[in-house]
Amino acid sequence: MATALDKPPARVADDPRNRPRTGWRKYWHLYAAISPFYLLFLGFGLIPVGFSLYVSFHRWDGLGSMEWAGLAQYRYLLTDTDFWHSIGNTVIIWALATFPMVFLAMVTAVMLNSAVRFKNVYRFAYFLPNVTSVVAVAIIFGSVFSTNFGLMNALLQAVGLDQVAWLNTPWGIKVAIATLMTWQWTGYNAIIFLAGLQTIPSELYEAAKVDGANPFQTFFRITLPMMRPVLLFVLVVSTVTGLQSFSEPQVLLQSTANDSTYAGGPGHSGQTMVLYFFQQTFDNNDFGYGAAVAWGIFLVVILFSIVNWRLVQRRGED
Amino acid sequence: MSSIKGSRRRGIALHAVLVVGLLLSAFPFYWAVIMSTHTSSEIFSYPPKLLPGSHFGENVRNLLDSIDFFGSMWNSLLVATSVTVLVLFFDSLAAFVFAKFHFPGRRLLFALLMVIFMVPAQLAAIPQFVIMAKLGWIGSMTSLIVPAAANAFGIFWMRQYMQGAIHDELLDASRIDGANFMRQYWHVALPVVRPGLAFLGIFTFMGQWNDYAWPLIALTNPDNVTLQVALSQLNGTHGTTDYGMVMTGALLALVPLLIVFAIGARQIIGDLAKGAIK
Repeated sequence: MATALDKPPARVADDPRNRPRTGWRKYWHLYAAISPFYLLFLGFGLIPVGFSLYVSFHRWDGLGSMEWAGLAQYRYLLTDTDFWHSIGNTVIIWALATFPMVFLAMVTAVMLNSAVRFKNVYRFAYFLPNVTSVVAVAIIFGSVFSTNFGLMNALLQAVGLDQVAWLNTPWGIKVAIATLMTWQWTGYNAIIFLAGLQTIPSELYEAAKVDGANPFQTFFRITLPMMRPVLLFVLVVSTVTGLQSFSEPQVLLQSTANDSTYAGGPGHSGQTMVLYFFQQTFDNNDFGYGAAVAWGIFLVVILFSIVNWRLVQRRGED
Repeated sequence: MSSIKGSRRRGIALHAVLVVGLLLSAFPFYWAVIMSTHTSSEIFSYPPKLLPGSHFGENVRNLLDSIDFFGSMWNSLLVATSVTVLVLFFDSLAAFVFAKFHFPGRRLLFALLMVIFMVPAQLAAIPQFVIMAKLGWIGSMTSLIVPAAANAFGIFWMRQYMQGAIHDELLDASRIDGANFMRQYWHVALPVVRPGLAFLGIFTFMGQWNDYAWPLIALTNPDNVTLQVALSQLNGTHGTTDYGMVMTGALLALVPLLIVFAIGARQIIGDLAKGAIK
């Protein structure tokens, strides 16, 4: 990849800069500048991904010889209720985490932007959750949501409510995972929103003030439209990472899973798509079907990202 | 009544809400500190312990006896630092091109980048291992550093940032002054987007520091692993896990991150407000 950035081979006598630039010569430095990513992707992404596509058309236990299966894996995937169940789980957890998170992050960013004092302290503290490794966070939240000894239930008891078996009920599991994700990502997104807020020229706000706009009008007429690229970024990243959640449910539900570390808790109600992929690939040693599941996940993620992108783009066009 | 009094009251309300948010985001850390100062049996007693205990030293000793904490920390430091430097350079360079230049295939290449971003990492994990083995990189830090040297996320982030922060007039002016592409990148674009770079740098370092799945697969020699893999070795068989020790390890593993974050945060805070956005 280093060579891609080098200048082209020895310059000939007539300096290319003096000739009218066309095609490749005009743009070579731009292609060179973006090439490292694409070269790395070729070697460590495209070829492996291509191989996984090849695997998905076979029966393979990862060790023995491959047996051609045609579209059988994909046909089975479409009728696999466990896979659809894992899609449902993932989308519910994603929605439970993302909408509160984006809302809270936006509110926090706007507040931080208007706070004059202690701004840096807040910013530092809000970002901290995202710094921590998911493994540690999941262990902490596992203890917080524990049925018998958990803080959450101690809190419910203290205000006279019934205990909830968080990690043993379908909704409890999802709420626990979503809470963990919201906690870990709200501050992160707030900082991104804040960075976006600070690129908005202050003249716009001064003009709005002169015109007598109230805070809500200012927010919806200036802040939100100017924040569109940042909002788009946050939504796409949240969708891509949220729909691929794996470590959170895996570590959180490890101790309660009865049959497999990838089962996602009782009734598989915390089993996300990626957990299902791991279960099929490594528990069942079904690499062929695992590869087909991975491609199914990929399609779901793309679909959701496109929907998000379109929604945000369209809102900005009017 | 007076507008000064009203704005002061609003200021107090603002800080009250911000402090609540701060406590919420800090509480699990407090909880982790509590756990790291107790024995496992104390952690699972009822009512829950809310104050620090006296077993931190014991947990640290157990931790250092169980894993090569400092050796694996050095490995993590090496990988995270190398990857961060490479990512900052390659991603910002590519992002600059996508944000500010037009060339044939631009839309297609960027769309491809976004599609790549959405490919689940698991999709490529098994074949990737085979390729690394063929290259002889398995077991070495190269297998962690090279594939991570440029990524779609960073290019996407820097592009979004650069579109807003680098003004075309600035680039036109430098072009008239005879600046070539690399000069424009180095002297015009980079100084303006330093807060964005600081953010990407911190994020990349964090991501590498906390990465778990791929190092677990690629570093086959148990004596030569990164910190997260070493920590995961503590979280062994069910029932016998020493949570006090595990939390102590997780907390200590956080220290280098906090240092990097503190340095980077100052960078963000110092430059974001001023920026080159006029």
